[in-house]
Amino acid sequence: MKIKKKIPLIDQANKLGFWGGKFGGNYVPETLKKPIEDLEILFNKLKNDKRFIDERDDYFKNWVGTPTRFIKLKNLTNHVGGAQIWSKIVSDANGGAHKIYNATVHCLLAKRSGKKFIIGDTGAGYAGKMLSMAAKKFGLKCKIFMGAKDIARQQPNVKAMKKNGAEVIPVYSGSQTLVDAVSECMRFWVANCDTTAMCVGSTVGPAVFVRICGWSTSQISRELKVQLIDEFGSIPKKLKLYNCVGGGSSSFGFWNEFMDYDKKQCEFIGVEAGGPAKSKKHAAPLTYGSKIGILHGAAQYVNQDLDGQIEETESISAGLDYPGISPLHCFLKDAKRARYTAATDEDALSAYKTVTKFEKLRPSLEPSHAFSVAIKEAKKLSKDTIVVVNSCGDAYKDREILKKRLGKKYVEPN
Amino acid sequence: MLNPISFAFKKARQENRAALLTYTVAGDSSKKQSLDILKSISKSADILELGIPHNTPVADGSQIQTSAYRAIKNGIKMNDIFKIVKDFKKSNKSKPIILMGYFNMIFQYGENKFLNKCNSSGVNGLIVVDLPWPENKNFAKKCKKKSIYFIQLLSPTTTKQRLERIIKDSHPMNYFISMLSTTGGKLKVPTNDILKNYTKIKKIDPKKEIVIGFGITEKTIGKLKSADGLVVGSAICKEISKSLKHRQNPVTNVSKLVKKLKSKIL
Repeated sequence: MKIKKKIPLIDQANKLGFWGGKFGGNYVPETLKKPIEDLEILFNKLKNDKRFIDERDDYFKNWVGTPTRFIKLKNLTNHVGGAQIWSKIVSDANGGAHKIYNATVHCLLAKRSGKKFIIGDTGAGYAGKMLSMAAKKFGLKCKIFMGAKDIARQQPNVKAMKKNGAEVIPVYSGSQTLVDAVSECMRFWVANCDTTAMCVGSTVGPAVFVRICGWSTSQISRELKVQLIDEFGSIPKKLKLYNCVGGGSSSFGFWNEFMDYDKKQCEFIGVEAGGPAKSKKHAAPLTYGSKIGILHGAAQYVNQDLDGQIEETESISAGLDYPGISPLHCFLKDAKRARYTAATDEDALSAYKTVTKFEKLRPSLEPSHAFSVAIKEAKKLSKDTIVVVNSCGDAYKDREILKKRLGKKYVEPN
Repeated sequence: MLNPISFAFKKARQENRAALLTYTVAGDSSKKQSLDILKSISKSADILELGIPHNTPVADGSQIQTSAYRAIKNGIKMNDIFKIVKDFKKSNKSKPIILMGYFNMIFQYGENKFLNKCNSSGVNGLIVVDLPWPENKNFAKKCKKKSIYFIQLLSPTTTKQRLERIIKDSHPMNYFISMLSTTGGKLKVPTNDILKNYTKIKKIDPKKEIVIGFGITEKTIGKLKSADGLVVGSAICKEISKSLKHRQNPVTNVSKLVKKLKSKIL
């Protein structure tokens, strides 16, 4: 399995939407064939349309706020000893996470297609919060599907969605988390695809959604590339990019512009959610060698039993609590371009403690998974190695969990 | 030999009526009960669809989801489903059975192994909800080699050109989804509009049997009886849930319902 150079990874799928001949595709009910095809035609046209790109960039710049900061974590670097630890503070973006890029682009597409309603799924609540923000901005009516378990554990984001005028629809089926939210959102789309646009909150789902999301979050690496050159004069000789991976939208966006570099120069490290140390359940299909299967319209590595029933996951981080993984990451894994590992709930909490102790930065539980591995590995790396961690979300939404697990002093008033 | 599915349509046509197709979930609420339901409703139904329960069914509404989760919870596995079919066929050799499900279950079982097992247990047709045309071309060919009908789904969103191409590749039976909905939705379009769409599809190749499904209940079935066949699923699943809730026997209640459905299309 090989990655082609000079062609964006999102455009390396074959005619049927498969990356590497086997990941992705469009395993969808017949009813969705036409709306998906319409969206494909629209997106393929607009992604090369200068006026559309200018419009996107204008919103990114003036509304989302670009570029997000790229800073050295000096105290953390000194504490760890080893590689230089830097962070791209993507949580600077309007709303506090990378999900704003995909949400903005989906609303722009919905406007172009004349749709008045937009629906989306959410796990941690960021995808939902951002979609509700963007929908409000663009005058679209918005419904967000969210697992009941996630509604309970991510209240700040639920409140934000409602404040933005979105209807939050609790999903009680299955494990009551992201996987069920995505299913329910797709069901609603099946029944309302004539009037309603769907935004899939990550680089998952039928191929066109994987592509749109990847195209949108790639803003992160476009900025980072410029920032690295500004800081070091060129792309560092030893660069390591750490990112948490749930569905895979922030990590893909964080890596995309560096795809053609040799991995010896620019290594990608994806950190999945290993779940509680004592539990057998996890949300790390790549790390633990889950079999390929079909979930939400795409073939991917997915946690499942021998029959093909999707297995329940467990993670402290609602944003990573998903049994599958983007087809793009399956492709990157099999093409050996990226390396994947997992951090447990406890690892993430401990990394959160360390980062907040040394830096004025409060990464949410999702990027705390990436920090955990980055800190461990940085120790063993040379001082001229540049480790960059994508701090793709802010911990405000995790206040209750952090208070419960670590105590009050780890939750600053916001 | 004529596939029992085609034979069932032929027989219904001789009786000047639409064929009645039922959908129940395999293993709902237990393996034995689901077999008993099949045996009992087979007296009224012409073709039996048996659902392979899946826990992330993106096209199913709450009734079928409930049935599927219940069956999974009660431990149904793929091999149990084949066993139910085989046991049913022992006493009902000519009654056609169609398995309906999501592709991951077939994919994990292995396409070839799955089809062999279908053959040996007596499955006559397959509906795979999330394996649309043209993605299903290869699999449909494999089905044909085993004399199993691969049933294509057609929807109100399917364009005319696409309809023509799908029907050209299709086996003798296809399934028209009445409206934009998951299964079990309330019929939100007039039955006349559904029949207009149906007629349009039928004209493309009058020899192919077209059944209508989604949103069909006791109330609506009569108005659609000019179709080749009509599928009732969620209403039956709902009846099973209701019976269990009231501690009544689902087998008797479902049989009564199916009998009533049949009477509406005679």
